[in-house]
Order: sequence, then structure tokens, then C-alpha cells
Amino acid sequence: MTFFDETSEPAKTEPTQVHISQQWKYEPSPLINCGFDPSGNYVFATARDFALVRFSLADGAQKIYKGHESWSRGMAFTHDGQHVITGGCDDKIIWWNVNDEADAPAPVRTVEAHKGWVRALAISPDGTLLASGGNDNMVRIWNVTDGALVREMSGHVKDVYSVFFHPSGEFLMSGDLAGQVKQWETATGNEVRNFDSKDLHTYNGGQKVDYGGVRSITMSPDNNMIAFSGLYKATNPLGAVNEPLITLFDWEKGEKAKSLVMDNVKGILWRAEFHREGYILGASGGSGGGVLGFWKPEEEKAFHQLKMPDTAVEMDLHPDGVQIATVHYDRHLRISRLEKKPEEPAKEG
Amino acid sequence: MKCTYACNSAEHTMARRQFLGGVLGGAAGVVGGLGALAQPSFAEQLKKEQKRVLVFNMAGGLSQLESWDPKPGTDTGGPFRAIPTSVPGVHISELLPKTAEQMHHLAVIRSINTRQGDHGKGSYEMFHGRRQTPGMVFPNIGAVMAKALGSDKRSLPGHVVVSNSTGGRGNNAAYLGPQFASISVGSGQPPKNSARPDGLEEQADLLRNDFRRQVNDQFTARRRTAKTDIYTQNYEQAISLMNQRDVFDISKEPQAVQDRYGDSEFGKHCLMARRLLENGVTFVQVSHSNYDTHNENFNFHLEQLGEVDAPFSTIVADLHERGLLESTLIVMLSEFGRTPNINKYYGRDHWGNAWSVCLGGAGIQPGAVIGKTNENGTAVAEREVDHGHLFHTYLRAVGLDNKGSFNVGGKPIPMADPAYDCIEELII
Repeated sequence: MTFFDETSEPAKTEPTQVHISQQWKYEPSPLINCGFDPSGNYVFATARDFALVRFSLADGAQKIYKGHESWSRGMAFTHDGQHVITGGCDDKIIWWNVNDEADAPAPVRTVEAHKGWVRALAISPDGTLLASGGNDNMVRIWNVTDGALVREMSGHVKDVYSVFFHPSGEFLMSGDLAGQVKQWETATGNEVRNFDSKDLHTYNGGQKVDYGGVRSITMSPDNNMIAFSGLYKATNPLGAVNEPLITLFDWEKGEKAKSLVMDNVKGILWRAEFHREGYILGASGGSGGGVLGFWKPEEEKAFHQLKMPDTAVEMDLHPDGVQIATVHYDRHLRISRLEKKPEEPAKEG
Repeated sequence: MKCTYACNSAEHTMARRQFLGGVLGGAAGVVGGLGALAQPSFAEQLKKEQKRVLVFNMAGGLSQLESWDPKPGTDTGGPFRAIPTSVPGVHISELLPKTAEQMHHLAVIRSINTRQGDHGKGSYEMFHGRRQTPGMVFPNIGAVMAKALGSDKRSLPGHVVVSNSTGGRGNNAAYLGPQFASISVGSGQPPKNSARPDGLEEQADLLRNDFRRQVNDQFTARRRTAKTDIYTQNYEQAISLMNQRDVFDISKEPQAVQDRYGDSEFGKHCLMARRLLENGVTFVQVSHSNYDTHNENFNFHLEQLGEVDAPFSTIVADLHERGLLESTLIVMLSEFGRTPNINKYYGRDHWGNAWSVCLGGAGIQPGAVIGKTNENGTAVAEREVDHGHLFHTYLRAVGLDNKGSFNVGGKPIPMADPAYDCIEELII
């Protein structure tokens, strides 16, 4: 059973009416990453106490999975909905049973994946391959079924922050700290071309630090545009003084078409996703607090922003296209809905 | 060196009054001379074997949790794991894997409580072993070592700061006199303007210096003051430095050696530091920036310590292999540590209440771990020490009497804050 009706026509969303509908707190620690499972029944979140937490969307009930020896930043789901896969700062990728009801769910499979953090995971459109990117500057492709290494790609010169499969499955994209996004041919591992999204990177000579990076990658429903999210205007990287940014590229030309920004927001755009209706949504977190932003690809500034109660550090879009999950420093998982808030029942008397 | 902090606080700078005080103080003597300064048992050895000091200044505040005192798996631990070192039972952060292999040459103090969270004040205290006091100006550790270890008798400056600055002389010697103040060099190159100008023939240069000395001698025969002495010393030191400018040129090292130190700025600075120490410079400071990680502490420590680990471990190993580690004190310090609490930007803030320093060589017990913090690093649990204890320990480690004094115009001024003492159990 799924939590949403896959057979009916998807409801038209109203992003300007977005509102927080539910929130649940994970008492032990702040949260790091989140993702809806394909059934839409659960949201999985990773936490700073190394846990993977399964939240039931029906009632917020929590199931805790422990196995990583560090924080986990990467998350992906197998297409059959059986497994959630996490990539950790302990260099490991772990497969877990989504529907594990044991008191202490155990890992299904563990793979030593990178020499350095596993920062990002993605599943191929046909569901057979898992891509990972890590601090060893490598991109690797794994067999989803048995965890065997299929191939690996080198070429990045900085940490790999994000991976994303082109909807055709023909290409794998990987973005790094330097704002470079490489397009790889999935079948061969050959580099096809490089998207230079250097606006998402800053080297601060005074502080002597690299900052920014391609935090997420998303593609328009018509596959004509690819977008990268992160930050810019990093005048003080060590002090969190920067602003969220999306760089939008023309897929065919490989050229930057537009920069998308937020109004009066300081932060990092941790994730941006194209909605099936053609707009982009994203979650920013940082010194400006947590903000959900909504953009039309043809307009530079967000057409709507929702200030959240606390800084956000990750976001995911439900398969129904209506619900958004965000995780926060204040230990909360929040669900927002892209529709008008139901009216409060009139009070009697 | 100039350091841009996240919190926009200014780096500590020497006041004009302090500078003038230093100049007017002139050449302070050591009460009782070198023999009185040194521990009796070390006095002879000091004469035979020059002691040296190498300080790494991790500007902005290195996180103890990402370096010397990791707390993995706790609410403050962050994502990095602890790894074993060459000392059984001693673990440090996985960000320092090569350093871990050299820990049998090093020691860690994990129980520092300076109660100081201000960049300028913290830096002053760690480099002077005292709190800043209005009206009193003290020399920093580099000037103290240069003076007390007798570098005024050496041909190269006794106090050198290797950084990315363009050169110049610091105002950090106070009453010891500017000849013990730091000279800044950087970029793996000899100091700027240290080569004889192209249009000046060697013979002409010798003649003009002879003429300068002759005029100076005539003048000082009747009007010699501390100021004229310093003027003369500065000129003679500059000439000496010009004659040995190759010491500062790391390209003189075999390529294989340069490769081991790496291509980073810090690696080049470490290699230059080794050359300076080998050629008789008493005190060398290498700075690395920037650790003021209020935001994305883990990404930035990954980057910064990734740059530090290989060159630092290489210089420790090199000094050992060349037989110099026994006479060279190494200290890696900051102005403070960073908060155990991880803030909402994945950052750590200023924290002076429970942090660490790494040191080794000279008279330091190799492999020692002094003090400990509690389970999640929020407080010192055993053997609390302050900056004053550290300063005393540095002096004792190079064989000096940490209770000794400088003679400043006939008045003895203790080299180290008399309110503190040495960490005895850390000394061989």
C-alpha cells in the first residue's frame, strides 16, 4: 500500500501556498539528510549521532537504524522500494531494508566505497546502478543488486559533492567543490564534457579556503535544462556569509543560461529540484535561517519564499509532488505541502 | 602574518608605544649570563649544542577535536574518526594520518584551559605566556628564545617568521631589543632586497660598508647609546643575511626533498624552516591559515589539515633523521581551540576552556600525553594547564632556567610569568 494514489491524475500544486503541515523531532541529535522512500510511506533521515531514522508519514513513528561509524550525507533508494542506501563519512555505503521491523535493524550490505567521505549517491533510471562521489575525487558506479564495483571515473581535482543520472540513463553527472560538473558516459565511464559552474566556488585568499561546491544537480522535465545549486557571494566563508545560488545551463549547448537567486537570504542552497510542473524548488540554510524558495527558470529571482522555523540542511520532494521534506539543525523533520493550507474549523460559539 | 578571521577581529598588532619601548629598552642582558640561565646540568651541553625552537602557529584556532583530542561517537565528536598512532594507546584525528606515524617523537597536552576566546588576547597569551597588562610590554617566545639561547652571536637572525608576507621586521622583542624581533620571510624565496643591486660592484659595496663603519665608529666613540648599537647591529645582521641568502632558497634542495614537502605554500615553508634551523637560526615560526571555522568546520579542517599533515610529519621525521630533533623543540599551537558544540552551520566557535597543543623534540618526553578532557571534551578532567605553564615548559625543554630573569637596565624581569611553573612530567 502506498501513502499516495499513483493511479489518479496528479494534483496541480500551488507553490505560493506552501506551508508546513507536520513536524517531528528526533530528540538525540540534529539531522543531516533526508529522502522519501519510493512508496511515499516513509521519510528517512540521517543524524549527527550516526543514526538513520525512518519516520512514518502517517504518524511520525521513528525506527532507528545504526551501522555507520560517522555521519551520512548520501542517500538513495532502490526502485523496488526494498532498500534505502546511505553513504557515510566513514567511507562506506550501506544497504538497509526499508521495511525492517527488528528492534535493531542490521545493514543488509556494506561496501568500502571511497577513501574519504561518501558525499553523494544516485540510482540510475533503470534502477540497476548506484553512483557515488567522494572526497577521494572519484566517482564510482556500483551494481545495485550485489554491491559490486562496475567502474570508476577519475578527473575531478576537488571533493565530489553531488552525483545525478540523466533521465535517459545514458549519462552520469558529478559536481565538485570547485564548481565543475562532469558528464560521464554511463556505459563506458568516458568523460563526455565538463560544465563550468565556477560561480558556485570561491577561493578566499585572505582566509585561504576553498568554499562552495555543487551541492545538488537537477534536470528540467523536458530535459532541456540542467541546474546546479550551492552558494555565491562568499565574502566570509569561515563566517557563513554567502548567498544561495542556482546556475541553470542549457543542456544542448552546455552553456550557462541564467543564475537564479533568492531575495535577502544568506545561506547555502543545499538542494534544488525541478518540479514536474516546470518550476524549481530548493531549500536554503545558513546564517539567514531556513528558507524554501521557488523559481521559474526564466526569472532570476525566486517568485516565492517560505521562511522556516530553523535553518534547513537538506530537502527532498515526495513522489506525489505535493509534499516536501526538510531536515533541520533543531532536530526536526518538517513536511511542507505545495497547496493551500486547510482552513481551521470554525470554533463553536 | 596577516590573518583574516571569520569573526572580523583584528590580528594582534604591536602598539607604537610598545615598539618605542622596545627600541629604548635596548640590549637587555641576561641576569648572570648564559651560565645562570641554563640548568647547571645543561650548561655545558648548551654551549656545545645549539638549541632551536620551531613553532607552528595554526592561525584562527585549530580544533582540538579534529586534531589532538578526537571524541568520535559523542555528541561533540563530528564526522571524523580517531586513528591509532605510533604510540600504543594514543589516538588522534584521522585528518593527520602521517603525523600519527610520527607520534613517538611528539607529545600532546590535552588539558589546556586558557579561558580565552579572543583572537588577539589568545595569541598574545600563547606567544608570551602572560596576560596582557596595561603599561607592561613583554617579548614573545621567539625573541626570548633568540636572546636566551645566544643567537646574537650568530650570523643569521635568531628569530624568523616564515609566512606568505612580503617581509619586514616585527615589533615583538620589547625590552630585549629589536635585534631579537622577528624577521619575516616567505614564498620559499630569500628575503626581498637581500641581493646586492645589479649596478653595485662587490668591491664598491665593501668600500661603502667600510666607510659606514668608519663613520659609525667615530660617532659612537663619543655618543654611543643603545640606539646606535641597534643601528649598527641591524646593518651588520643584514650584511650577514645577504651573504647567506641561499639558506632561504628552497630550490637549492634536491628535487626529491622538495617533492617530499610538497608543492603547497605550507610545505615550502616547512622546508625553508628546516633549512633555517640547520643553518643556525634559533627560533623559526611557521604559520598556517585559517582555522577560524565558525562555518563548515569539517570541510575546512579537511582542507587545511590535508595541507598540513604531510609537510609537518616530514619535517619531524627529517629533523629526527638528521639528529636535530633532540636539540629542536617543536610546538604546534593556536590562540585557542574550538567549541565542542557544533553550531547550526556545521561550525565550531572560539573555545579556550579545554583544548590541546602538540609539541616534541628537545627535552620533551616523546610519546607523552599530558592531561585529559571529559568524555565529550567540554571540560578539562585531569591536569589543567594554562598558557603560563606552557611557556615555562618551552624554556625548560631547551635547557633554560624557566625561573631565570633578563636584566633590563639593572632590573631583573622574569623570563616567564612567575605565577606559573613548568609541566615537570613532560620534561625528560
